[in-house]
Amino acid sequence: MPSFPRVTDRNAAAPGPDLPSAATRPPPFRPGPWVRTAVAAGLAAATISRRARLGAGAIIGGRVTLALAPSALTGLAAGRQVVLVSGTNGKTTTAHLLAAALRTAGPVAHNATGANMADGAVAALMAEPDAPAAVIEVDELYLASVADAVRPAVVVVLNLTRDQLDRGSEVRAVAAAVGAALAAHPDIVVVANADDPMVVWAVGAAARVVWVATSGRWTGDATACPRCGRTLHRQPSSDGPDWGCGCGLKRPVPQWTARDASAETLGQVIPVRLRLPGTFNVGNAVTALAAAEVLGCDPHVAAVAMSTTSEVAGRYAVTTHRGRQARLLLAKNPAGWAETLHLLDDRPVLLAVNNREADGRDSSWLWDVPFETLTSRRVVASGERAADLGVRLTYAGIDHTTVTDPIAGLDLLPPGPVDVVANYTAFHQIRRRMGAARGGKS
Amino acid sequence: MNEPELTIGVLLPDVLGTYSDAGNALVLAQRARWRGVAASVMPVLADDSPPATCDLYLLGGGEDAAQMFAVEWLAGHPDLVRAMARSAVTFAVCAGLQILGSTLVDDRGQRRDGLGLLDLSTAPGASRSVGELISDCDIPGVGLLTGFENHRGTTTLGPGARPLGRVLSGVGNGARHPGGAVDGAICGRVVATYMHGPALARNPALADHLLQRATGLPFDAAELPDVPDLPALRRAYLSEPRRRRTAMWTARPGRR
Repeated sequence: MPSFPRVTDRNAAAPGPDLPSAATRPPPFRPGPWVRTAVAAGLAAATISRRARLGAGAIIGGRVTLALAPSALTGLAAGRQVVLVSGTNGKTTTAHLLAAALRTAGPVAHNATGANMADGAVAALMAEPDAPAAVIEVDELYLASVADAVRPAVVVVLNLTRDQLDRGSEVRAVAAAVGAALAAHPDIVVVANADDPMVVWAVGAAARVVWVATSGRWTGDATACPRCGRTLHRQPSSDGPDWGCGCGLKRPVPQWTARDASAETLGQVIPVRLRLPGTFNVGNAVTALAAAEVLGCDPHVAAVAMSTTSEVAGRYAVTTHRGRQARLLLAKNPAGWAETLHLLDDRPVLLAVNNREADGRDSSWLWDVPFETLTSRRVVASGERAADLGVRLTYAGIDHTTVTDPIAGLDLLPPGPVDVVANYTAFHQIRRRMGAARGGKS
Repeated sequence: MNEPELTIGVLLPDVLGTYSDAGNALVLAQRARWRGVAASVMPVLADDSPPATCDLYLLGGGEDAAQMFAVEWLAGHPDLVRAMARSAVTFAVCAGLQILGSTLVDDRGQRRDGLGLLDLSTAPGASRSVGELISDCDIPGVGLLTGFENHRGTTTLGPGARPLGRVLSGVGNGARHPGGAVDGAICGRVVATYMHGPALARNPALADHLLQRATGLPFDAAELPDVPDLPALRRAYLSEPRRRRTAMWTARPGRR
């Protein structure tokens, strides 16, 4: 087993972490016979699911194991260095970048498909039983239970914005849940976004925080102070937009700052050359770098490793479909859409919006997305909520064509490079159907 | 000289912006412009001194703490509240409806005064109402209303308020009402509902009614052909009411 570097603490003033070193940490996973049986059953279920082409099999495998042995997650995580990645947007991308960085030191277990509840974590750890490190993305509302089970070394908190109001919770309640999860584990090193007031409020009293200035574009969900409700004051500063409130909540001094194509930390500049588009992905990458450094990775080496990632669970991948080179982009909520629309050039664009359970049933959020920017290009509105999207575009003054079926919508765009922006279930439908069409030809 | 302009004040979008109700302002402004009436949208933030001269005021939905802040903020600006009562037309949604009522119960369970522009009182219900809401609007010519409700408040209308609509599907105000369930309230120049969506995007006839009251101009309440996707949108929401009403708060938060 490769020796994985131990957690290092870059805050000289803070006491050193009492995280398990290679010498003192518990021996590698030696599950009892029942957990072993449960894991074997889960792996079998995953294989059957995959062979039956029902999906990647991760979730069903994790569920079977958890159903048979509810403590399996604790057993599977024991003796490993686990990083949990949470927040509203960028979990999957940040976890992919961090896993790429940590793989320079040894095998890493990672829930790469974005299955981000306990079952997905179990599946990832089962799949890599010998990996000494694990990068697990976790839904914000599952952070507490997963952290209790896996006792992570590091927790990354990216951002907290509105998402699925009809089935989750209002943002402040999510932030409070994240705060409670972190407070229960004072030995965790938290890597958190200094530019998001909701994150700063949530992370609050955590003892050891590495703050990252990510320069996020979206401020729409934290215009009021999350602590006291008054208006936050914002002004530009050299390392991003400064903010603060009369109640005392203010932007912490960041140890890391994301620039256009680099990370700056303690006077040192590390080039960050990504194959993923968008300034928000530089923010994700710099956050991943900060987490990698806490775990003992050389950030220069980590940054080079990240530059090999060109797609993330199908996102950013370019798929050719009937003469259209479609770049697939996923956006799930107003903050995600704002960041994604910002990175588009004036290529023709297909938008697809569903409102299934996993998307959130309430599609009102479309009215907080700045579609007004989609001028001077061909626009097609599609998805099961194509009419809602079309109405929104008309009020935004954007000429468009509306067709429910996204693949039929793609055919309405001229051949050549096009962008496809879709929300969660629409994105997966499009991927599946494009894949099926390609498979059919061969 | 410039022709008169319709001014739409969006009150506290920084505090009551959780449910995208600010879209109502864009709908009103565009529908006015499409008929040749100049219109501007003025966001009024918590730190601003609110103007008392707008033709229309909008109040949206928000989280519990934000709602209490909004009550105090409005009470601190009596000129604005007087304008809402006497000269302007006000459209309030969800938390906005509750704030403008006579009494409400705050997040610590304390009863407190609202602004008193609507004769109604609100208390927390047993469970959260989340899902599609359809009503038959009480305003002549407006027809069926569709929206998405997401609230825990249960609102009882007093004798000085009439409902905005009779509920055909969904919960609405939630309290017992003679003759069956109702949504929203109308009191003089104030119109309120539990519908997000945003409500005026889904219900252009209601938007035109508000514009007509605010300007005195004859806005045709019939759906215009200028929003080609609107008939399909309304057909979809009005023909297949989907209900997911109870206890969403305590339901498994399991997401993707």
